[in-house]
Amino acid sequence: MDKYTLTGQPSLRLLSDQQIKLIHDKALAVLQTSGVKFESEEALDILQENGAEVNFETKVAKFNPQMVDEAIKKAPSTLQLYSRDGEPAAELGGNNVHFDPGSSLIRFMESDGKTVRSSESKDLVQISRVNDSLDNIALQSTAVVCYDVPKSIGDSYRLYLCLKNSPKPVITGAFSVPGVRHMREMLAAVVGGYENLKEKPVAIFDICPSPPLKWTHISSQNIIDCARYGLPLETVSMPMPGAATPVTLAGSIVVHTAETLSGVVLAQCINPGTPVVYGGAPVHFDMHYGTTPLSAVEATMIAAGYAQMGKYFGMPTHTYAALSDSKVTDMQAGMETAMSGVIAQLAGINMISGAGGLDFVSSFSIEKLVIDNEICGSALRLNRGIDCSPESLAVDLINELGPGGNYLETEHTFKWFKKEPYIPSPVIDRRERGSWEAQGSKDIFQRAREKVAEIKENHYPKMLDDARQARLDSVTGEIMKELGIEKLPQGPH
Amino acid sequence: MDKNELLNKMKTAVLEGEIEDGEGLAKEALSAGLDPLECIEQGFVAGINEVGDLYEQGDMFLPELVAAAEVMKEALNVLEPELQKSQQSRDIHGRVLIGSVANDIHDIGKDIVASMLTASGFDVTNLGIDVPTETFISKARELTPDIMGLSALLTTTMPEQQKVVEALEEEGLKDKIKVMVGGAPVDKQWASKIKADGFAENAVEAVKVAKGLVGK
Repeated sequence: MDKYTLTGQPSLRLLSDQQIKLIHDKALAVLQTSGVKFESEEALDILQENGAEVNFETKVAKFNPQMVDEAIKKAPSTLQLYSRDGEPAAELGGNNVHFDPGSSLIRFMESDGKTVRSSESKDLVQISRVNDSLDNIALQSTAVVCYDVPKSIGDSYRLYLCLKNSPKPVITGAFSVPGVRHMREMLAAVVGGYENLKEKPVAIFDICPSPPLKWTHISSQNIIDCARYGLPLETVSMPMPGAATPVTLAGSIVVHTAETLSGVVLAQCINPGTPVVYGGAPVHFDMHYGTTPLSAVEATMIAAGYAQMGKYFGMPTHTYAALSDSKVTDMQAGMETAMSGVIAQLAGINMISGAGGLDFVSSFSIEKLVIDNEICGSALRLNRGIDCSPESLAVDLINELGPGGNYLETEHTFKWFKKEPYIPSPVIDRRERGSWEAQGSKDIFQRAREKVAEIKENHYPKMLDDARQARLDSVTGEIMKELGIEKLPQGPH
Repeated sequence: MDKNELLNKMKTAVLEGEIEDGEGLAKEALSAGLDPLECIEQGFVAGINEVGDLYEQGDMFLPELVAAAEVMKEALNVLEPELQKSQQSRDIHGRVLIGSVANDIHDIGKDIVASMLTASGFDVTNLGIDVPTETFISKARELTPDIMGLSALLTTTMPEQQKVVEALEEEGLKDKIKVMVGGAPVDKQWASKIKADGFAENAVEAVKVAKGLVGK
């Protein structure tokens, strides 16, 4: 993909070509005038060495346009992700769209669809295993915080559980200083070394700046570590209109662009060619409750806008969408998840995080994950568009059958009927009324609950072979020793 | 303009967030020989109270609370020195120490609470963000507040609220200082669990709870 390109723009274009260039200009102006704060002396040193104007007292780095331009040019345009077992799993680039469950939720919703409690490691195991069976969700994530696990190993232990329970690539993140280093060891143990890991990345590290225009010590350290190790990172800038960014969508996009580019620059300064996914988690800031709905249409619009900027810069993009702020899996949940998911898909966002999420991305429901899988399926079908090849146009067949022809019996229908549409699971009801009543008049949540039970009983994710499992266990054991931890709820000790 | 008209204008200025009018009307009132205390209580504070009611009804929003508190602040800047001159003082409900707990850098909600408390007649010291427990304690000794307000927006920083309460107990300060807690993950259950004296979900409720704690 070219740099500074207007040819890779997606179906949904909220920003015109001129507006894209205008926002680019304005973001550069912000980077030069206000600058960005990095609460890390090491990050500031690196930036200064590479040409930024750094004030070590205020910890603010100001960037000149050339420095930013160089970084944009060095950042790769696509990112190919692999399964834990070395198979190509998802290519982030162009207008390819992939979905993954939201990350770091703090509560787990039980199968009654009502009861929520603090999430635990056993929940992450279930999520990883059920997610493994869902065809429309290409990746897994460190979906929930595990409150039954010591904080010091809280980030890396989640990766351990994900790697153990499903081969799908993982969206992860560190919230401790040694987190990235520890997780790199786990990944290397599973793929057979650091070089293999660089060549065939299995995980992306989410790193969040603090709006507006600031990177904390840990987030700066995460960028430094990921870049040094050659691990893909995903900047997740979170515009909060009217609270931490301008209340106007355009203003929020300017701040997002400046924050994100500052992270891209730091990464490329350390290691040119570090894969960076241009991501975010925009919200609407509710002016009555002070809450932050992620699925408000305005939030998704910000995502669609900043994604155009990312595509203009020739980088893979990400956002949080296909989730809901409702407390339960009700119509609001369906509506918000579907709307935000489809808008994000039309905006060509390569990685869409959120499936399974409720209540301002704080409660995770496996039943909702299974329902969201259907939304993702429809969105992915939409992304495939309409095939107008001669075979699909089927003109010969139309002429052959003529007026009143019966298509059901044809070879063409037999050949195409399964691959043309997206065929949902029984979670989506298409029975006629009598049959639906005979089955118990179930609503979508009940059907999802049954589906989850069925998956738990019948689906067996591919496990790691003994040798790799042993290496992963051994590495994790080392980390436990380093942190002075003797026992963990799901092993290895 | 007669007294009632002016007082009404003050109330309106607060309701409409007309920050310049805060200063302007206060000065006009003084030249007209009005009693500064009456202006504060019957004019501007009347506005703040109505803003609080409208907010609770869902007819006013956070930016309007912030603007209202700003109008109040401008008016007080002009009127308070006058009160001191005539050796009167505003009926201060109590002294409040407020801050975001250790490792928590969120401040938007806390600052709105601080503004509304000031506007409603409390003497507020805002310690800012990421305030270590030791600082809360040393400031408490120094300033002898009636209420300590602790804000936490992350489930990972909420436990610091408990630490502060425990530190106050250890230092023998807990019976003199009432503790209020707030922030998105904080609820009534948590507040009871950590033996806080009060909890509020928003700035307007915080003012009510604070008044209750000082017996107003």
